[in-house]
Amino acid sequence: MSIDTLRGARPLPRTRGFDMQGVSLTALSGLAAVIIAVMVAIIIGNIILNGWQTVTWDFLVGSPRNGMTEGGIFPAIYGTVLLVLLMILALIPFGVGAAVYLHEYADPYAWTTQSVRFAVNNLAGVPSIVFGLFGLGFFIQFVGSSMDRAMGLDVVWGQPALIWAALTLAILNLPVVIVTTEEALKTVPREMREASLALGATRWQTVRHVLLPQALPGILTGAILAVSRGAGEVAPILFTGAAYFLPYLPNMPTDQFMELGYHVFVLATQSPDVEATRPILYGTVLVLLVLTFLLNLTAIVLRARLRARLMGRS
Amino acid sequence: MSFSRPGVDPLRHRRIQRIREGALELLLRTCAFLAVASLLLIIVFVFREAAPVLFDRETQREASVAGFFSTPLWQPVGDVPKYGIVPLLVGTLKVVLVAMLFATPLGVLAALFSAEFATPRIRELLKPVIEILAGIPSVVMGFFALMVLASWLQGLTGSTIRLNAVNAGIALGLGVIPTIYTVAEDALRAVPRSYREAALGLGATRWQTAWNVALPAASAGVGAAFLLGLARAVGETMIVLMASGNAAIISGDPFDSVRTLSASIAAELAEVVVGSPHYGVLFFLGAVLFSITFIINVAAGVFVERLRRRLAGA
Repeated sequence: MSIDTLRGARPLPRTRGFDMQGVSLTALSGLAAVIIAVMVAIIIGNIILNGWQTVTWDFLVGSPRNGMTEGGIFPAIYGTVLLVLLMILALIPFGVGAAVYLHEYADPYAWTTQSVRFAVNNLAGVPSIVFGLFGLGFFIQFVGSSMDRAMGLDVVWGQPALIWAALTLAILNLPVVIVTTEEALKTVPREMREASLALGATRWQTVRHVLLPQALPGILTGAILAVSRGAGEVAPILFTGAAYFLPYLPNMPTDQFMELGYHVFVLATQSPDVEATRPILYGTVLVLLVLTFLLNLTAIVLRARLRARLMGRS
Repeated sequence: MSFSRPGVDPLRHRRIQRIREGALELLLRTCAFLAVASLLLIIVFVFREAAPVLFDRETQREASVAGFFSTPLWQPVGDVPKYGIVPLLVGTLKVVLVAMLFATPLGVLAALFSAEFATPRIRELLKPVIEILAGIPSVVMGFFALMVLASWLQGLTGSTIRLNAVNAGIALGLGVIPTIYTVAEDALRAVPRSYREAALGLGATRWQTAWNVALPAASAGVGAAFLLGLARAVGETMIVLMASGNAAIISGDPFDSVRTLSASIAAELAEVVVGSPHYGVLFFLGAVLFSITFIINVAAGVFVERLRRRLAGA
């Protein structure tokens, strides 16, 4: 601490006997932690209690029936899986490539590197609804429409579609993958790079055969976190491809799709009969929640292992 | 590896390898600059679609920046559409204010508890709680606020309007707590042990050390936590869309329904004709949202950098 920090410092009050102030601050901060924990328990408990009876096998593999007041949510699950798979396919090569460049190749003090870091940081802070606007303005109105014009098609690509929603989510999650991959690359000891280079391997060979295998858990962590976020984000896909209801399953990148999070939104806000859809709504929320938790749990375990390795070294 | 195989001219082999290395580095660099390109494309395409509001005479006859402030009404659909954004600004401000008043004390105090008072075992219990909270998709939080929290709050406060700024603000606050907690806790734990040992050695109690030494030393980080939480609260869409009632009215009463910037975009864009004045106005709102969060995030980055410098200089 520099001497400036001490300027204006007052002598602390002397504590005699029972330390009322101290006990109350400790208790207050503990109380805050307890309040948060209780609220989380209430939310999760409420959803499990109201939802678990709905989630049967038929619910998971069935289609919505009778104006979505009956039946299952299979199309929404299917659409969600397809969406995040496409997203991951687009996202991982670029995210990992960017992280490898930042950590292994780039001069950390060059302005170009700094600008990439600035962009990654700020990309992570862009509101998800703005990503939705961007997906509509760039992918659909610009890229999609240009493709239609170039191929002389009627409107095929220039409309909301699975591929555009997946690419929008990929850009939204780019910072997640870059940050976790870099974190993983940091855990690879320098000696391994040096050993590889000393044996005559080139830089790329070192990356390909030494660093990437070592960083694999970190890359997986990033991928899983991205999938979990991708499965839960609704705002970016509102205008880029999610459909209220579809009688068929999407099988082309230009198809629209149903999605779990969007299905929750639709059931909760657009249903003509809230009481009738209530069990289905709770069931859908529970499925979405379990899906994201399982993904997050896997990511947390993988990350904890990585951290342990980092600790073991230092 | 770069051993020359029999029958292969070693010099030629070396040259091919050098070209390959260069090409791969270029490829990786391209990946990294994709992050910069994404951020720039978001700016360009969101502002491009908003541009008619600023520059196109035809659009301006119906919607212009001056018009945004000359009417207190947001009635984008009708014979004479009115685009007064003041109610949306007031609505956003109200919800964000409630959310931050709710989330900041809880998040910072819980972080203080975890970093200063909790035993390692309790800290290990608190961590997954926050991770679960962070993993709840915002559409699920919105659902909970809409279906459950709103009824509880109405029973508690006796307000006549079920979906209001307090309801949305609390749900939004729950969504923001993990951000505030995580950043603040990181900052507090980055305070060197020697600071605490010095304070304790001088006879300060544990809470005096926490309150008068650790917290001020980490103040820049706590500031960053607040700002990052604020940016998330301003941009968050699904929670406010579902829980706030979505009535665009100017009032100071926190128990009135509100409509926010983000919720207006989410609720209206899907129904709008591409290229119409209304479409341009919604992109303009997106540009405003982007600018606000961008500025807050850059400010948070400055705080983080200040914290890093201060603690590194110790």
